[in-house]
Amino acid sequence: MSKIETRGLSLFYGNFQALIDVNVQIKEKMITALIGPSGCGKSTFLRTLNRMNDLIDGIRITGEVLIDGENIYGNRTDLVLLRKKVGMVFQRPNSFPLSVFDNVAYGPRIHGSKNKAELEDIVEESLRHVELWDILKDKLDHSALNLSLEQQQRLCIARLVAVTPEVVLMDEPCSALDPVATSKVEELMAELKKQYTILIVTHNMQQAARVSDRTGFMLLGKLLEYGETRQVFTNPKEKKTEEYITGRYG
Amino acid sequence: MKIRAKSHLKISTQTQQKIAFTFLGIASILVIVPVIVIFVILIQKGLPAINWQFLTAMPRMGMRAGGIFPAIMGTLYLVSGTIVVALPLGVLAAIYLVEYARQNFLTRMIEVAIVNLAGVPSVVYGLFGMGLFVIYLKLGVSIIAGALTLAIMILPVIITSSKEALQSVPRSFREASLALGVSKWQTICCVVLPNALPGILTGTILGISRAAGETAPILFTVAAFYLPRLPKSIFDQCMALPYHLYVLSTQVPNVNPKIQYGTALVLVGIVFLLNLVAIIVRSHIRSKKQW
Repeated sequence: MSKIETRGLSLFYGNFQALIDVNVQIKEKMITALIGPSGCGKSTFLRTLNRMNDLIDGIRITGEVLIDGENIYGNRTDLVLLRKKVGMVFQRPNSFPLSVFDNVAYGPRIHGSKNKAELEDIVEESLRHVELWDILKDKLDHSALNLSLEQQQRLCIARLVAVTPEVVLMDEPCSALDPVATSKVEELMAELKKQYTILIVTHNMQQAARVSDRTGFMLLGKLLEYGETRQVFTNPKEKKTEEYITGRYG
Repeated sequence: MKIRAKSHLKISTQTQQKIAFTFLGIASILVIVPVIVIFVILIQKGLPAINWQFLTAMPRMGMRAGGIFPAIMGTLYLVSGTIVVALPLGVLAAIYLVEYARQNFLTRMIEVAIVNLAGVPSVVYGLFGMGLFVIYLKLGVSIIAGALTLAIMILPVIITSSKEALQSVPRSFREASLALGVSKWQTICCVVLPNALPGILTGTILGISRAAGETAPILFTVAAFYLPRLPKSIFDQCMALPYHLYVLSTQVPNVNPKIQYGTALVLVGIVFLLNLVAIIVRSHIRSKKQW
């Protein structure tokens, strides 16, 4: 069974239709990349998967999004549980103006881990997971905002890992990073894939080609093509996809 | 010819600029002058009156001698009561308006009402407070009636500054928290409020300093003409500095001007201190702020 499946998913901002009948099945423990020109709806699509779009006034969604077979737009969805299960990494690292420790411990604390030793374990494990522990173990009480952007983005991933999600949505996670930092985060993603189902929205086609197992190409709110990354990049079925990846527009 | 014309033009713009700067400078100085004059006169004439006894003793001989202790305490009681009522109410209203309310007719009405509330003359608040709290709710002329009236008067200040403080917390903080499966209310408590707190405090202190100095709202609701003892409960009347000053200046014959100026100096001093605290809090937090 696929981890995530959308059926006839459409999204309207007022009268503007930002997503048009998106049908996709996303497999567990794989990296799926979404590419497409700006404004094609890829970030909007990503945000339907943890219902972050709910924050925007005047939005209407039709169709179904099934995660582990359950429609998250059904009446019984608990947003808190959904977002715990489907975490998100944002375009710019958005660490809180707190210490490194408090950033990582933020989620577990609110979700009920009060015990100090338990929190320390979670923080260490999460930081190890994103390979920050060795760098930061003596600086846990330093402000997270003093870290480099790359370290902050890793920290944000550690903060997410600390609440043990199953799906990780990444919305252009490297757009604020330089090439070296980008390649480090990409390595991290390959590592995270072992445990998590990852969806990444990216402007960078090389990145999609490098890290992902599957790629979806979106244009004007439609998912035009979706398949094995290798196939999408070397032998796209749609002419528009070919034009985009060969740089004829975008 | 052409060059001459240009240089001629240049001189005239420079002259224009000089004239403009001169006027701007004069305007700025004119703003400072009254403040300085008020402070100089108050300190010159009021400082000799101020000593430990003046600050801590009861007034005697029909307020012509002794101290202003009950008026100082009365003002402090009123200010505390006002904070207790206005701060939670104002902050909760601001949270609702910023975080929960959708933009519709009702919220626009509430926002218009807040703006208008800020423009209501303070004497009208006084009459309103007398009508509602003193007479209708039968609280009598009392500290609680006065504090409630002052609280309503400064609510717009607190709501507006709290709203601005909440809105200035980056959206990315909220998203980060929500995306970790933290509920909206927890997000507000754990992320938004702590980061908005300095702005909220600044606004509150500014509101409070206004409340401390107003006479009209307390005139009908709490202020006692002469009450040479401390109030026994919040349902008691009390003296207050602004009203005491008014009484000393207009209602009691043959008061030593020293006492009048001394009282004014204490009142201005309290308001100034409150403003100073607001400035310090703000600059302290600004220097720590990193986003």
